[in-house]
Amino acid sequence: MNYLDNIFFAVILALGVGFFAMNVKKLIRNIKLGRDIDRSDNPGERWTNMAMIALGQKKMVKRPVSGILHILVYVGFVIINIEVLEIVIDGLFGTHRIFSFLGGFYSFLIGSFEILAVLVLFAVIAFLIRRNIIKIKRFIHSDLKGWPKSDANYILYFEVVLMTLFLLMNATDFQLQYRNFPHYIQAGAFPVSAVVSPIFDGMADNSVWVIERTCWWLHIAGILVFLNYLYFSKHLHILLAFPNTYYADLNAKGKFNNLDSVTAEVKLMMDPNADPFAAPANADPNAVPEKFGAQDVQDLNWVQLLNAYTCTECGRCTSSCPANITGKKLSPRKIMMDTRDRLEEVGKNIDANKGTFVPDNKTLLNDYITPEELWACTTCNACVEECPVNISPLSIIMDMRRFLVMEQSAAPQSLNAMMSNVENNAAPWPYNQQDRLNWKNEN
Amino acid sequence: MSEELKVPTMADFMAQGKSPEVLFWVGCSGSFDDRAKKITKAFVRLLNRAGVEFAVLGTEESCTGDPAKRAGNEFLFQMQAMMNIELLNAYEVKKIVTACPHCFNTIKNEYPGLGGSYEVVHHTQFLKSLLDDGRLTIEGGTFKGKKIVFHDPCYLGRANNIYEAPRELIQKLDAELVEMKRSRTNGLCCGAGGAQMFKDAEPGDKEINIERSEEALDTGSKIIAAACPFCNTMLTDGVKNKEKEAEVKVLDVAELIANAHDL
Repeated sequence: MNYLDNIFFAVILALGVGFFAMNVKKLIRNIKLGRDIDRSDNPGERWTNMAMIALGQKKMVKRPVSGILHILVYVGFVIINIEVLEIVIDGLFGTHRIFSFLGGFYSFLIGSFEILAVLVLFAVIAFLIRRNIIKIKRFIHSDLKGWPKSDANYILYFEVVLMTLFLLMNATDFQLQYRNFPHYIQAGAFPVSAVVSPIFDGMADNSVWVIERTCWWLHIAGILVFLNYLYFSKHLHILLAFPNTYYADLNAKGKFNNLDSVTAEVKLMMDPNADPFAAPANADPNAVPEKFGAQDVQDLNWVQLLNAYTCTECGRCTSSCPANITGKKLSPRKIMMDTRDRLEEVGKNIDANKGTFVPDNKTLLNDYITPEELWACTTCNACVEECPVNISPLSIIMDMRRFLVMEQSAAPQSLNAMMSNVENNAAPWPYNQQDRLNWKNEN
Repeated sequence: MSEELKVPTMADFMAQGKSPEVLFWVGCSGSFDDRAKKITKAFVRLLNRAGVEFAVLGTEESCTGDPAKRAGNEFLFQMQAMMNIELLNAYEVKKIVTACPHCFNTIKNEYPGLGGSYEVVHHTQFLKSLLDDGRLTIEGGTFKGKKIVFHDPCYLGRANNIYEAPRELIQKLDAELVEMKRSRTNGLCCGAGGAQMFKDAEPGDKEINIERSEEALDTGSKIIAAACPFCNTMLTDGVKNKEKEAEVKVLDVAELIANAHDL
């Protein structure tokens, strides 16, 4: 081994990790464009949620087939990554199978990785079949036209390639070990690749070595490419599921937040001693008053923006949404995808304009999400209940409705009638408050 | 049936210097909607039968603000909420029962942040506690062995995780409780929540209440139990749309129990 290999390895590793770190910084900046919201309460319950829902995949198995297949890929992914640690050390220091001193435990590890790799291959192929051959409804939904559909397939192809490279790398390594090829010490157990290995039986030592090295390099390069693909893909959920479940709303799902800005106004209105013309104390005369509700991504809170980046477009929300089931335009998944797309657009605008957002005459409302979608929601919480990582499309829908009603007075006519009834006679229908107890004497 | 309903108001109690065990929050549907008024009366008969000292606000009650809030009008919601809270606090109300999951959710979850903290229970929970305490008994005769399917109201189920109280009541009737394909956490909305009750649906292939009613009818049950006045309206309309109203009844859980008593 010459040092060129090690230097080359160090360079691609640094590039791969560095480029990813740069994008993570951008991701964090974009999420912080959202309004502040305090989610520092109940750390115990939050850690538990993260452990159960993200780490433990509790909500995934609500749909057993996709849930169990997903667990295979997830466990495989997490555990096989221990191998990546070895690959990185080997690559940097020119060693080979540095952890092999672990002996029997090492054999156990490599053996398990191989079995997991096969299970991952099995699950990923099942996923490809579900998406492209069985065409399960939520995967061929109009939300996924174009890039999102390709994105999903690319991720799966990628996994197939990575797992195949991993197994081929082991199969050739096993051959070389068997032939006492220099540098290839006897280490590891190869329950799967030992079966594959005979295909290389007649091959020259050097050819097998070239294949082994090629697979090894492509495997680690592939992992680095995949890591960098995350930022551009729905696949970010493998990382963001953890903070997302941690910061999710802990309240009963029926509890919608009370807007503090409104409370201040209402208290003023109801206080008979309030001076309506009084200037608020300590007010900044140049302050822009806070918008009621959300028109664009900056009006949402940072947890809602984190939600948008976390969404992996599985569509469980949409497939359980009563509005979507009955053919309305609303799709909770699309709400999340639109929020992310708009946030990315705003982020790029900031990048292009030296760190400040220059208005582009577009907003999340209307340019991405239409009022028709927003008004179709029954606030039934099915989407929130379904989401395997506790995303709340409903909170975004509600904030946008608030903008429509309080900033633009743009409620459907029938809702305006309902609201004026509430204002005038304390009921959503035009009945007199004085008649509220009439039922008592009716037959 | 002829027994006169005893429905004292908070004002009556106050005039006597007393306070009731619980305030019955009737809600707008329960006060004005012809179908929902029957549920209100059935529940009151049960309260009377169990000897519960309850009161209503009567003409002092007003909308909780739920439909305004879910429509996006936070101003109107908070105006309603604060007026109601002032009134409830003035009467020193401690415990509230309501037959409407929307009122229940709003008072329970959204009033505390505006200064109104009360123990709030849904009428199915309250009835269950009356049974558990032996203050009310159920004779299962009328419904013995009959199939009853229960529809989970979103604002009781998913919104507040109450799935069992109404089911336990139905089982106490010696009825055969059956479930729809989508029930409990997976329950399908009736289509009325989020202020949809007060507007037409957006264009689509189907009305949500028809989808849900079909699912309920598919169980073969002749009784669809609801626990929300809005769900009741939506499912009743759905059953009519399928021209099944002669055979299939949509009844509130309180009505089932009152019927069992022949009240």
